[in-house]
Amino acid sequence: MIKIENLHASINGKEILKGLDLEVKAGEVHAIMGPNGAGKSTLAAVLAGREDYEITAGSVTFLGKDLLDLPTEDRAREGLFLAFQYPVEIPGVSNVNFLRTALNEKRAYHNQEPISAKDFMALVREKSALVELDAKLASRAVNEGFSGGEKKRNEIFQMAMLDPKLAVLDETDSGLDIDALRIVSQGVNALKSPENASIVITHYQRLLDYIIPDVVHVLYDGKIVKSGPKELALELEERGYDWIKESL
Amino acid sequence: MSNYTENELAKDLENQEYKFGFVTDIESDTVPIGLNEGVIRLISSKKNEPQWLLDYRLKAYAVWQEMTEPEWAHVRYQKPDFQGISYYSAPKQTKKYESWDDVDPEMKETMKKLGISMEEQQRLTGVAVDFVMDSVSVATSFKEKLSELGIIFCSFSDAVQEHPELVQKYMGTVIPSTDNFYAALNGAVFTDGSFCYIPKGVRCPMELSTYFRINAGGTGQFERTLVVADEGAYVSYLEGCTAPQRDENQLHAAVVELIALQDAEIKYSTVQNWYPGDKEGKGGVFNFVTKRGICENNAKISWTQVETGSAVTWKYPSCILKGDHSVGEFYSVAVTNNHQQADTGTKMVHLGKNTKSTIISKGISAGKSQNSYRGLVQIHKGAHNARNFSQCDSLLMTDECGAHTFPYIECKNPSAKIEHEATTSKIGEDQLFYCMQRGISEEKAISLIVNGYCKEVLNQLPMEFAVEAQKLLAISLEGSVG
Repeated sequence: MIKIENLHASINGKEILKGLDLEVKAGEVHAIMGPNGAGKSTLAAVLAGREDYEITAGSVTFLGKDLLDLPTEDRAREGLFLAFQYPVEIPGVSNVNFLRTALNEKRAYHNQEPISAKDFMALVREKSALVELDAKLASRAVNEGFSGGEKKRNEIFQMAMLDPKLAVLDETDSGLDIDALRIVSQGVNALKSPENASIVITHYQRLLDYIIPDVVHVLYDGKIVKSGPKELALELEERGYDWIKESL
Repeated sequence: MSNYTENELAKDLENQEYKFGFVTDIESDTVPIGLNEGVIRLISSKKNEPQWLLDYRLKAYAVWQEMTEPEWAHVRYQKPDFQGISYYSAPKQTKKYESWDDVDPEMKETMKKLGISMEEQQRLTGVAVDFVMDSVSVATSFKEKLSELGIIFCSFSDAVQEHPELVQKYMGTVIPSTDNFYAALNGAVFTDGSFCYIPKGVRCPMELSTYFRINAGGTGQFERTLVVADEGAYVSYLEGCTAPQRDENQLHAAVVELIALQDAEIKYSTVQNWYPGDKEGKGGVFNFVTKRGICENNAKISWTQVETGSAVTWKYPSCILKGDHSVGEFYSVAVTNNHQQADTGTKMVHLGKNTKSTIISKGISAGKSQNSYRGLVQIHKGAHNARNFSQCDSLLMTDECGAHTFPYIECKNPSAKIEHEATTSKIGEDQLFYCMQRGISEEKAISLIVNGYCKEVLNQLPMEFAVEAQKLLAISLEGSVG
């Protein structure tokens, strides 16, 4: 699905990612954990194509293509989805209008006809039920006046609508109460299939009670320093990150 | 991507083309350039006007000669040479059209290019259209159907001939010729326009619509619109404007008067797309327009405007809330690009008790343009419990453009409640990135964000017009797609 090799990235001359390697295969869920400032969100931003970051070395192959060579919108159209840590408000643009535009841009890219209004609305009903998103929120302006939990649910709703190959969830659990966490996780799990994969970036083990990862990675100082089965997350929760720092 | 809004967008915007820049090859009957009493008498006699109207013109001319061009607006331009303009240009052979079939095919073609094929309009949308080319109104559709309800909708010239008592009673009552420089000029030389009268208690069953077009070179357009809604009547009125691409500046100085008698409601919507000049700022229409309405008891006037064209815009559609419980509304989107300048806003004059006004203004500046909101909320002594809400938002697309807000509030009654909100923002990089991460291209993302930003105003427009306006915004702000 995706293969990241020796990735180096910096912002304003400061190197954040310092030779990151990661491979995720179809059907897998990978969790990335790590202390503040390790480069977790940078990884998400770099994969999505945020231009504030400069890639100084390394390569990323996504479904056989050079990901770093594609503009942001084409990465999305190829099937990369980023669930934002801080979803952005777009006043006056309804969620459904936003998503229909996005979906049709993706379809056009793959030489498909635009989706009919009827099929689209059916899809909205189906997917909003998945994340228990109030039908009213679907027709409201994108994230405008949404609570923190609603914004995160809306991210998963959009993910469900766009049906990505690879979803990167950037601290989707931050700011969620336990009910919202359950609902968001249910949504993610329901979308899991042998054809797609996800990278779940998180601070806490809590989320991994709901979304069971195949592999847990520890990101520290811009590199993956340790990888292991899901039990690694429990160990990190118990012992913190210091023992990893010391073992380096 | 990160610099897109700053530089590339600016470049894209510069390259956009004005798609209404065609000239229709119709022979025009144009009077010699220059302005004097003789010209005014000539216009009046060509139009076979009654004496009182000629007197009105001459009085306005006398007043105008004493006036100087206003300079308080935040715009800079080469003042027009008023002796270098022809004040009357009519498409020839326009004596009278008995039916739509008699209309000059060239003119029909013009309307088609403007997207207002009248056959289509008549059949599909049920919109009655009055079409003013240069100075003369050339076709009014649906006249008969409307007249069954007692509604009068015709060119201003026809109204002068057929309903002189109504014209004489209301013309100049909201905007006297002495009002300002351009209103006085219009009073002296206006050539045509639209007239509309809705009788007592009648709800006009369709949108009434006028399209204005300046075609001939070296001419100015000075039209007058007069809309009277008698007691309890309702009308929704639409106005659209285009002009050919010319290197010279063309002057458009219109006057629009609205009269809403007791319990009446007038909704007046404008999509203004006069030629804005080229990307160097050469040419374009000077749009110096006076628009004002008066509300009697319980009446309501709602102005909605989408302003994307003109080199210089100077326009303040206003409401005089004379009657108790009357309501005034102003919804505006003004887009400026390249070297365009707009100084636009409204005046809400509260005279009656419990009067209410709402102002929603959205300015979008791109290129090197200057965009100003100028508004006056005036609460007079007797206006107990008057209420105003104003919201003025500015969106900046580049580093070289300017957005300005000049709100004036004058309150002479302590029971008034006035609220003013204003924001200025730059199109957000985070918003663009968010859209693009969902697979939406930069240009589509900008168009989405801008349309969302203007939604409160666009929602006020009638359906077909709203679609048109959205397209226009997209054209104005998207780059030329390669």
